[in-house]
Amino acid sequence: MIRVELRKLYRRPRTWISLILLCALPIAVAIFLATTRIGTGGPAFLSAVLNNGSLYPAAALAIVLPLFLPVAVAVIGGDAVAGEASAGMLRYLLARPVGRTRLLIAKLFSLTVFVLVAVVLVAVTGYIVGVALFPAQTGPASTAIVTSVSGPPLSPQQVLMRIGAAMVYVAFSMLGVGAIALFLSTITDSALGATLGAIAALVASQLFVTLDAATSIKPYLPTRYWLAWIDFFREPILWRDIERGVGIQAVYVLVFLGLSWANFATKDVAS
Amino acid sequence: MITTKGLTKRYGRITAVNAVDLAVPEGSRFGLLGPNGSGKTTMIRMLLGLVYATTGEISVLGEPVPKRLKQVLPQVGALVEGPAAYGHLSGRANLALLDAAGPRTPKRKQRIGDALERVGLGGIDRRPVRTYSLGMRQRLGLAAALLRAPRLLILDEPTNGLDPQGIHEIRELLRELNTEGTTLFLSSHLLVEVEQLCTGVGIMDRGQLVKQDELENLRALTGRVVVRSPDADRVVALFDGKVEMRDGDRLAVRHPDAAELNQLIVAAGLRVMEIAPERQTLEDVVLAVTSSGSDRVDKR
Repeated sequence: MIRVELRKLYRRPRTWISLILLCALPIAVAIFLATTRIGTGGPAFLSAVLNNGSLYPAAALAIVLPLFLPVAVAVIGGDAVAGEASAGMLRYLLARPVGRTRLLIAKLFSLTVFVLVAVVLVAVTGYIVGVALFPAQTGPASTAIVTSVSGPPLSPQQVLMRIGAAMVYVAFSMLGVGAIALFLSTITDSALGATLGAIAALVASQLFVTLDAATSIKPYLPTRYWLAWIDFFREPILWRDIERGVGIQAVYVLVFLGLSWANFATKDVAS
Repeated sequence: MITTKGLTKRYGRITAVNAVDLAVPEGSRFGLLGPNGSGKTTMIRMLLGLVYATTGEISVLGEPVPKRLKQVLPQVGALVEGPAAYGHLSGRANLALLDAAGPRTPKRKQRIGDALERVGLGGIDRRPVRTYSLGMRQRLGLAAALLRAPRLLILDEPTNGLDPQGIHEIRELLRELNTEGTTLFLSSHLLVEVEQLCTGVGIMDRGQLVKQDELENLRALTGRVVVRSPDADRVVALFDGKVEMRDGDRLAVRHPDAAELNQLIVAAGLRVMEIAPERQTLEDVVLAVTSSGSDRVDKR
């Protein structure tokens, strides 16, 4: 079933359009940055990129992370079960038979694969664009030319490792939203409704993170530690928020996957 | 093949299916009739484990449902409430995806080809399903149901959207499958379809199975003989009081034996064009035991 889901994902034009859009945004930002060379404002790392193009993958992740990537995840997650239901395929899949639990797991798995592919593509595009448009450091000094956020320099190998770690963290951060979208998708037969619900949860969480009055609930919000991957670029790495971020995402995934399962496994499929 | 005991499904305060005891023998062609909203589709969904019964028992192919669905469903082909497919994929790709979704089985490609051939779609190309006509979609849905050479076919309105030629074709196909040993269970509100195809009939009304019998028994003799005669006026005079209906030269005469009646008419020197014992039509039976469908909303 997992293979079938991946094939469906791969053959959906929507998948490719969202991936293209995800890669296009950092490219557009890079073009503005390269032509004006104004590095102030906007997401993290932009000013650093002006001196070293190889940091652009990190900047690209920072560009798509707050909204673009989670919205794409919400679209695909929201479509997972509700989309099959509204296309009338859910009843035929279940009658094939595909176990309901297996269907859910396959959907979550293909969503995870989508997130990973998206993050890798964004980072690779970011690297290509960064190297092409911004000065890459050459010569003997290059071994320690990237300055970490907190001061001491990083070697290119360290940068590469840390960008890799950041990619994994960003991908993992998306799974919380994905699980929420999947849960909503098992409740309604409208893919649009499920997607909007997940986006609403996302926007609300983003809002509360910035709201000082909501300090008491902040540590439990799914988006609270989304930017913690920047800590990978500190020297030494600041693990505290990263660990919490992983923990909170794991809790969201488990809770909402459990809820989806509890709802879907006992649900009357009348679509 | 299919038996249910006291099968009931309630949605909140609405009872969609109410204490149904159904029995479909192996090898039969069973038609489930009933007005719209009488619970036919809910029945089918419960048989397939899509909808869970509130109370009652279901057994399909001798196994309890939904407990042993995993063993039952691979041997069942189904068409529920119209065909469905991914619009952006071709018919063949759709069948391949659907087949791969279920348990692993050998010779996938060949079986897909065979199924398409059987429903008259052997020549379809790579066009996406969204360009298909209603009839082509219906055929594709049937092909999906036939993919695994099922022992039991559960079909909801199998000839929906087909033209008379297509309906005939599909009816012949279903008959052929039945002689090969497949049990047919179909729901329909087209009486003619059931009358021409089925051996057993169940009639549902407002969630209850109000009648279940062999088609032969339902189409019992009415005790009347229908006579067509150019001398209709004189036949009426001859059997005064026994002619219960007249329509031009067609008469319905209350008499137990057509042969004897024919003899009487001829002996009186009258001519007969047609003569046959009258049988109850399925329509008579259905109208007698059902109320109007839920799609009719009368003024209170």
